[in-house]
Amino acid sequence: MEKINVSMKVNGKDENLHVEPRTLLVHALREHLEYTGAHIGCSSSHCGACTVDLNGKSVKSCTIFAPQAEGAEILTVEGIGTPDKLHVIQEMFKEHHGLQCGYCTPGMIMRSYRFLQENPNPTEEEVRFGISGNLCRCTGYQNIVKSIMAAAKKLNEEANVEKKEIA
Amino acid sequence: MIPSAFTFYKPDSIEKAVSIMKDFGDEARVIAGGHSLIPVMKQRLTDIKHLIDLSAIEELKGINISGKSITIGAMTTQVELITNENLFKTAPVIREASLQIADPQVRNLGTIGGNVANGDPANDMPGLMQLLDATYKLSGTNGLREVKAREFYDGAYFTAREDDEILISISFDAPIGGYAYEKQKRKIGDYATAAAGVILNVDNGVCSSASIALTNLSDTPVYCDEAVSMLTGKNIDDNLLSQATKSCVEQSDPVADQRGPVEFKKYVAGIVINKALKRAFERS
Repeated sequence: MEKINVSMKVNGKDENLHVEPRTLLVHALREHLEYTGAHIGCSSSHCGACTVDLNGKSVKSCTIFAPQAEGAEILTVEGIGTPDKLHVIQEMFKEHHGLQCGYCTPGMIMRSYRFLQENPNPTEEEVRFGISGNLCRCTGYQNIVKSIMAAAKKLNEEANVEKKEIA
Repeated sequence: MIPSAFTFYKPDSIEKAVSIMKDFGDEARVIAGGHSLIPVMKQRLTDIKHLIDLSAIEELKGINISGKSITIGAMTTQVELITNENLFKTAPVIREASLQIADPQVRNLGTIGGNVANGDPANDMPGLMQLLDATYKLSGTNGLREVKAREFYDGAYFTAREDDEILISISFDAPIGGYAYEKQKRKIGDYATAAAGVILNVDNGVCSSASIALTNLSDTPVYCDEAVSMLTGKNIDDNLLSQATKSCVEQSDPVADQRGPVEFKKYVAGIVINKALKRAFERS
């Protein structure tokens, strides 16, 4: 089958792909662009391990064809922090043991990243509803929720410090 | 899982999309949010040679509320239905139902048009649209036509839509009275074991109008006309709501699957229908 050109911005960088239309976004990211943060868990839009940010919304990249993402801005876990400078959410997952085997973690982090912008002061119940599209097969939800609650607190503290500095 | 190969189209008008569908007949399919279609393509349960992405067609987007009349473009996502405050003010049952569909990521892409046009009896929007007595607007080679949601569904995945037609919008009048959409499911993201939508308009204890529709309790949505006439013009009390519940369950026709045998589904149906009736009555 004929390949087509698809362009998108991934983690702030313009990318041009030459792929078959049936290429799933998760495969485009992992195999063509070597962003292997988005994981393939169930490949049936249930588990959320492939969650990335697409134009400011959390989506499951296993259930989007690459050409549907033409012109989109995509953010993967590689785009929010580095091993030397972790994002606050990543730090909190580390501190509160928000991961066991780690397979669901990039999806959990990316969903948390967007969720905490949608709802910066969530209750524990809202966190659970907010990450209901992400499954952890280690069933480590208690600590994942703890990590997200801690990240919310820390992000809000940082935001308040910034506000004071501006004032 | 990788689907078989296809050619990809992204037309910017309904006319262009319809003309591609006309050229390729049943080898072509439109894709909206893709969250029903892509999974079956990946499992190779369907073989699509020409895939038409509708996301560039501006006319298919948006929620228009003018007085009592509401029109929703087919490409409007579930999350847009949930977050639109004017829609919540005029038809709050839509938010209540939409929040029970799938999960946050899926609701970001899943559309009302895909949900109603797919004809999957497990989808919530078809029952919800029968509840609201909505009208679907379809565009095809022979121009525009309208079909009532209550007459659209012939069987599982069989609808009144012709191969060359695209569902473009959905219209209904703002419902009056109390409302509820009650759904029992095994987990978030699962389809309903049984779900029921109810609208009850009650003046001084007397029901002036009612609507009841069921999801995933037959091979199409079930509009419960018998229970509706049982309630209309009567004084509402718990006893009457129980009789109406019984009538709805009798009109349902579920099949056994991984969610349970028929007897269990009818039992669950009775519970969700009664809960929905009671909540709608409390809110009326």
